Order: sequence, then C-alpha cells, then structure tokens
Amino acid sequence: MKRVLLFLPLLVALVLGVLLFSGIGKDPTKLDSALVGKAVPEFALEDLHRPEVQLSRQVFQGEPRLLNVWGTWCPSCRDEHADLMWLAEDEGVPIVGLNYKDQRAKAKAWLERLGDPYSTNVYDPKGSLGFDLGVYGAPETFVIGADGTVLHRHVGVVNKQVWEETLRPLLNQAGGRY
Amino acid sequence: MMYPELGQFALILALLLAVLLSVVPLVGSVTGRDSLQAFARPLTAGMFVFVAVAFGILTYAFMVDDFSVAYVANNSNSLLPWYYKFSAVWGGHEGSLLLWILMLAGWTLAVAVFSQRLPTVMVSQVLSVLGFVCVGFLLFIVMTSNPFERILPNIPTDGADLNPLLQDFGLIIHPPMLYMGYVGFSVTFAFAIAALINGRLDAAWARWSRPWTTVAWAFLTVGIALGSWWAYYELGWGGWWFWDPVENASLLPWLSGTALIHSLAVTEKRGVFKSWTVLLAIVTFALSLLGTFLVRSGVLTSVHAFASDPERGTFLLALLAITVVGSLILYAVRAPTVHVRVRYGSMSREIFLLLNNVMLVSATLLVAVGTLYPLVLDSLDMGKLSIGEPFFNLTFTPLAIAAGLLMGVGIFSRWKKTDAGWLARKLLWPLALSILISAAAIVGYGEFKIMAFLGIFTAVWVAVATCWDLWDKSNSRKGRIHGLKRQSRSYYGMVLGHLGLAMIIAGATVVSNYGIERDVRMELGDVATVGDYQFVFTDVGQRQGANFTAAYGGFDVLLDGRKVAELHPEKRQYSVGMSVMTEADIDAGFTRDIFVAIGERISDNAWAIRLQYKPLIRWLWLGAFITALGGFLAVSDKRYRIRERATEPKAKLDDSGSLVASPLMTSATTPVMTSEARS
Repeated sequence: MKRVLLFLPLLVALVLGVLLFSGIGKDPTKLDSALVGKAVPEFALEDLHRPEVQLSRQVFQGEPRLLNVWGTWCPSCRDEHADLMWLAEDEGVPIVGLNYKDQRAKAKAWLERLGDPYSTNVYDPKGSLGFDLGVYGAPETFVIGADGTVLHRHVGVVNKQVWEETLRPLLNQAGGRY
Repeated sequence: MMYPELGQFALILALLLAVLLSVVPLVGSVTGRDSLQAFARPLTAGMFVFVAVAFGILTYAFMVDDFSVAYVANNSNSLLPWYYKFSAVWGGHEGSLLLWILMLAGWTLAVAVFSQRLPTVMVSQVLSVLGFVCVGFLLFIVMTSNPFERILPNIPTDGADLNPLLQDFGLIIHPPMLYMGYVGFSVTFAFAIAALINGRLDAAWARWSRPWTTVAWAFLTVGIALGSWWAYYELGWGGWWFWDPVENASLLPWLSGTALIHSLAVTEKRGVFKSWTVLLAIVTFALSLLGTFLVRSGVLTSVHAFASDPERGTFLLALLAITVVGSLILYAVRAPTVHVRVRYGSMSREIFLLLNNVMLVSATLLVAVGTLYPLVLDSLDMGKLSIGEPFFNLTFTPLAIAAGLLMGVGIFSRWKKTDAGWLARKLLWPLALSILISAAAIVGYGEFKIMAFLGIFTAVWVAVATCWDLWDKSNSRKGRIHGLKRQSRSYYGMVLGHLGLAMIIAGATVVSNYGIERDVRMELGDVATVGDYQFVFTDVGQRQGANFTAAYGGFDVLLDGRKVAELHPEKRQYSVGMSVMTEADIDAGFTRDIFVAIGERISDNAWAIRLQYKPLIRWLWLGAFITALGGFLAVSDKRYRIRERATEPKAKLDDSGSLVASPLMTSATTPVMTSEARS
C-alpha cells in the first residue's frame, strides 16, 4: 500500500507535464496571430471615470482606434504616456484605454496629473478583459478596426517610430486618415 | 578564420564524451568491472575541457568583435567596453545556455576531484548521472541553439548592441551565480539517483550530499539577491521583488532546496525521513529544470524572457520529462518504505524540522500554483483570472511568519525528545525580550500596523533565539572565548544563516510597511516632502554618454534643513536600438535608502518625478549575503574534509573521532554519532 503512495509524485509530474506541453502551443508572444482577425472579446466593465456606466465592445464601433493597456503600477506606461498624449492631441487618434489591474483612485489621479489621452477608459481591476486579450504585461497596444476586429497587437511601449512604421499604416488601411 | 567552427566541433566532442560518461561507468558499476569504472574521471575531465574550449572560443569571438558569428552580432557592439563584451557572452539564449553547460561540466569535474573518499561504485554512478544530464543539455545546444552559427558571406559591420538593461555590473555576475545554484542541485540529484540505484539511502549518502547541496543553495541565494538588487536600482521603479514568473522560477528551487538542506540534516544525524529527503532532492533539481524551461520556452513571458521558440520549448520539456519521470519511477520502485525504528517525541528537533519542511514545501507549492495557475486555466479553457502580487503577498506572508516563529522554537529543541515544560520555560525570556525589542521598533517607526508588528516580531524572535542558543552553547568552565571557539563551523554556518534570514524578514517587513513612494510633478526650484526628508529640484540638463544621451536632474535632499545627499537621476536614450532607460539615483544607507527617478517631461519646465524613502531595504540583500556566507562556512567544517579513503563500506573512524556511518549500520539501530553527542 505504501508503495502505491510513492507513485504519487510521478502522477503529479505527469499531469503538470501535459499542462506545460499544451502551454507551448499557446505561446503568449504568438498570441497576436491567434487574435488578429477576430472580434474583441465580449466584456462588461465599468467606465473608469463613471462607475455607473457599463462599457461593452460597442465602444469600438464606428471608426478604427487604438486600445492601450496601461496601469499606474507600470513604469513603462509612464514612459509611453507623453507619446500617447502627442498621438491624441496632435494627431487626433482616438485611444481607448484599458486600465489594467489598477485602483480607480490612483488611475484617476495619474490622468489628472499627466493628462488624459484616452477617449474612453475601461476599468478592469481584475484583469478579465486583459486576460481574454492575452495581455501579459503592460503596456500593450492593439489596433482595432471600425467593426471591432483586432488588427494588430503591439507589445511594449508605443513611440513615434512604432506609430510611423506600424500603427499609422494599419489605421489608415482600416479607413482612418492620420 | 575557422575558429568558430572549432567551437562547435568542441561542443560535439564534449557531447560524445558525455554520452560515454553516462553509459560506461554506470555499466561498470552494475557489472562490477573496475576497468570500466576507471573511465569515469578521465571522461569527466575530457568533457569539461572541450566545453571550456567552446566557451573560450565564444568569449574570444566577443572580444575581437567577430560579427560573422550571428550570436555576437546580435548581442554585442564594437562600442561596448570590454567587460560588457565579456558579460554579453551570456546576454542571450545560446550563450547563457553555454555558460550553464560550462558550469554543469565544472560541477561534474568538482565531484570527480573531491570524491576521493567515496566508494568507487558511488562515484561511477554519480558521474554517470551527471553525464546523462550533460548529454541532455549538450544535445539541446547542438541541435537547437548553436552559438557559433555564422552570418556569411554578408558579415554585418557592427553588432546590434547588448540590451541596455543588461549593461550593468549586477548583470555581469547575477546569471553566473544563479546558474551555479541551479546547476549545483544536479549534483545532489545525481547522489540521490545513485543512492536509489544501489539501494543505499543511508546516513552516509546524506553526509555526502550535504556539502554539495549547501554550496549550490548558497550560490542560488546570492544569485537571487543580486537579481533583486539589480531590479531595484536598474529597472527604475524601486521595487525589489515583483513575483514575476522568472523570479518565481528561481525562488521555487530555493524554497525546496532550503527544505532539502534541513531534511538532509535529519537524515544524516538521525537516519529518518529518507524517502522524503530523496524526493526533495529530485524535486529541487526538477524545479531548477522547470525554471530553465519557463524562461527559455516562452510559455510564460516576463521582463526576463529571451526570444521564445516552440522548438526549444518542446526540446526542454522532453528533457525535463525524461529526467523527472525517469527519476520518479526509480523513486517509486526503490524508495524505502520500511518504517525506521527511531523514536522521537512530539517536541523533538526532528518534529520541528519536519514542520519546517511542511512550511517550506507549502510555500513552494504556493509559488508554483501562483506561477502556473494562469497557464493551467488557459489550457483547460476555464476562465479569466490572472494572479498577481496581491495573491502572493496575502498568502506568502503568513507562511513566512509561521515558519519564522516555529524556527525560533525549533532552535531550542533537542534531538529525540524535548520536555515540553522545559522548552516553555526556556522560551520565556527570549519571548519577553523579543516582544520588548519589536515594540520599541514599532514605536520608533511611529505607526502601529498589525502586519508590521508580526513581521518585526518574527525577525527579532529568530535573531534573539539564535543568539540565545549561541550564548547557551558557548557556556564553558574555561571561559566564554573558549566556549565560542569550541563550536563547529557548521554550527556557526547555521547561526549566520538564521541571522541573515532574520535580517531579510526585518528588511522586507519594514520597507513594505514604512516605505514611502511619491509621484510628483516638479518644476525647477520646487520642494517636495517625503516623510522627514525634503527634496529640492536644483538642476536639469543634457549630457552625452559613451553610447547614449541622457537628460539628467539634480536634487538636494534635506533632513531637518541639513543637506544629506545630492542626487542625479537620468533618463537615457541609447543610440543603437533607440531604447530608453530610467537610471534612478539612490543615496544608500544602512538604515534607509533615498531614491529619485526622473520620468516624463510634463510641460516645458515641469517633470514627473518619483521620490521614495526606503527604510531598511539594504537589509534584504545584506541578509541574503550573510545567509549565503553561513552556507559556505558550514561547508568548510572539518567533518566534510576527511582525508582517509573509504574504499570498503565499513565503519571507519575519521580524524575527529566520530564514526563515518556506513550502510551496514544505519543509524536506525546504532547510537547516533552526532556532533552534539561528541561535544
């Protein structure tokens, strides 16, 4: 009987091995290809500034936009912020923010202090929409078409170079004029 | 120039020698043919030499800026100073894998050299198992990650540069230390497997494993501490532990390794917990491999992740599977199930060490679950919950506190049995003293928080109990100095290890509870207040570095109107690769750090500034180094340096007069010869 118990570690290792193996196919950095061409996942989350307003994927209808994942806990988001301000104010790009795993008060204070480049901000304290989008960290920026389809995923900071080389051509292809 | 191909060739030769090493001595040990076993040491030496040659050639390619080698072109640049060219050797996937293999071969060589007193059969089997691990990694590098691949005929004129995050002193030594730890556990693993193969899980096996395990663990401790320190000053936002998957991957073998060194102590001294100890040895090494897999496969990404590659991930997983499944099957079939007839009471040291193991293994499981949970949910299509810092802080902290409190009690306990009433009386004064000191500390920091009090109390309790025990033990009729001298190095190693841990707990508690972070908007001349300190923004400008341009700020830090520091944080823009780096400036001190980082320019003359006051943060790393020092000190104990060669498994007397336990006389039935019994 005791011998049987000694097989327990082996069993645990095997289960874990299967899970890890299935993880290899789901490489998070490859997720862009998995999500591109599909609609933004369904969600029902509060607006950052107005808790009484429920946002859904309807916010992406109408024109092509950027979806920017950010949080006050994320130092690179701080680096990126000035470029987002420039995109929103000088270039007039509509950016939907996804305030990811953050606290409402902190996020609002941050936007008051540094400026608010977002047309709408989705408040996602538990990271549920982020999870559906395959977000691993922040910042990440998605290009979303006028019908709410994901066109591109950019991991890391957005700057002028990324804008010129990647995001701008994609937005213009989708019918934007920037 | 053909020399990079020679490097590849050397790797292939090393692989062939590793294959021989994994087979020949093992066959010799099973069939009892000494002529085959005699190959073990020469094969090990040969393998090490060829790996070292390959590593030397890659290093040379970096030093002479040979951009025809793709790996050099991707990770170096002719503008880099020589020491960063050197550390760039392990700045990417292929090179760090080569460093890993060099260390594995080095540890194997060390076993071959320092195993003179071990039975030949044991040496052959241990070296064969290590040879097998070498085969796995050499195959991996030769088949999927050749560092000597060339870019021909269009050789780039300059390299792409080393990631600026890695251009740092901490990063020169952090990976080697970490790998020394990871790889070192392979020796413990090899001893465990050899012991399972020949069915000799006994006190002697535990004694042989102990120094290797302790050294590996000490290196890992240093490696983790360096990583944390680097993240603190280099990532630019003043945190010291992020529960990032890769950090967790290094913490997992550390936690189970800590459990292992304690359980090995029980197995050596009392001959119990054998099956458990050998399982821990296997698990610790498996967790080291898992860490490598998580970092290299890209299953979980993080700041540390190198370019991920499904092929590499699959290969590593196969390697992990063969090693772990093979050894666990061996374990299930061969581990002893006989109940050892050793009696120990409910308050004995055995029980406290068992509880310590329960705590540490729970912590290991907790971190493993937190790290792998998103992955598991994802593969089961079950939902959308991501785990972050709050989960770990909430669950890990109580475990750490409980482990610390138990440890303080455990220090006073005795082997076999401890009288509960005696123990309670013994604890009374240390307890009172600890409450007093921690209350004073809380008053000093000015604000009562329950978690802060618990954490500080735990740290003080561990330190007081450790010192109290040292005081008791060093009591001698010939005077205190004589008593202190009489204690063994392994005992002092333990004292240092525990005091270091107390410092880590104290540092972590105080900085998390009483640290202050402020993000402020400042214009030139503005003053901001953080705690008791005033920060004056005095200067701003541009400067040109070797391979970057930087915007810098100047800050005067005042305490009670007196200037205590002048800080110059920077924001650097690297010319190659266009990356931006925040270089925080820190005024470091034993009791507190002052931290300033410069952020975005908000308007023409206003900047976003991050100011931090970090009390006791240095204690985290200082504590970790002291803990590691304890490990090294324990290994230098004379009982591990027995000169005689034990060719036959018979009981022998070593130079200190104690019995070297042999398999024929497991400590189960014989009176135990421990250092305690001697002294």
